[in-house]
Amino acid sequence: MKYIYDLHKTMLARNLILVYEGEFTQEITKSVLAMAERNMESMGEESSIKRKVFNVMVECLQNIVKHCEETVETNRKHTAIFMIGKQDDEYVITSGNPVKDSSVPMLREKLEKINSLDKEGLKNLYKDIIKGTDISEKGGAGLGFVDMARKSGRPLEFDFESLNNGLSFFSLKTTISRQ
Amino acid sequence: MEIIFLEGTEDTPKILLDQKNGIFEISGRSLPEDSAEFYKPVLEWLEKYKQNPNAQTNWVFKLEYFNTASSKLILDILSKLESIPNITVSWYFHEDDEDMEEAGEEFSELVEVPFEFKTY
Repeated sequence: MKYIYDLHKTMLARNLILVYEGEFTQEITKSVLAMAERNMESMGEESSIKRKVFNVMVECLQNIVKHCEETVETNRKHTAIFMIGKQDDEYVITSGNPVKDSSVPMLREKLEKINSLDKEGLKNLYKDIIKGTDISEKGGAGLGFVDMARKSGRPLEFDFESLNNGLSFFSLKTTISRQ
Repeated sequence: MEIIFLEGTEDTPKILLDQKNGIFEISGRSLPEDSAEFYKPVLEWLEKYKQNPNAQTNWVFKLEYFNTASSKLILDILSKLESIPNITVSWYFHEDDEDMEEAGEEFSELVEVPFEFKTY
């Protein structure tokens, strides 16, 4: 039973206010959003910060929902994780989900491109994607990532861990400043 | 022409399209699971409306939140509005919501439709 206490300690040490592990659907997205909203409300969080956190959460969660379909055929038991941490000066929104090894270069390229752009560059990329003139956009998570980076104002941190079965575990971290 | 009326939910906006009473409004939250499917009836309705539009049309967006998938569909709606004569778009945003104000400005730069910005 010690793992319960260990998990509890980890959550406290990392200031995690919400952790969800399991299947991701639109219904679950709505529940997670409602919980996080209530949490921020009860802590009296400023509305502009609440909105930015909500925004990043939606894009993050809906990205996972869309990725589900791709990985479900290859992965017997699909698992993804979503977490929100709250520090004194920032919120940290993180997600982790398996993706096909073949999608890794495309994801990496998109995220690196986004991280290389400044505010104006991100705005232009956003416009190009919604107009449909950005040819590199193939119905992937591109627009969501751009929006997350714009709301954050900081680079998106990411990592890929090989799972040695044609899949990689994709971790993504977005921060929202509370200042 | 038929009226479109959809009650808002936690992930879909309220929609009221009523030609007779001159009300064209999308308000609330928009993060449906399938944005293209959700907005399809609106785009089809607009396709018919533009055959025989009112003398003046004021289209209202009063969104509290929309996700990136919805933003593509909002742009599709705005693009259809371009061919309607005497059209104005009223873009409402909460007075302390700079992101929503900026989103409206960006849309206004992407289409040839006059925008009015209003706070609520």
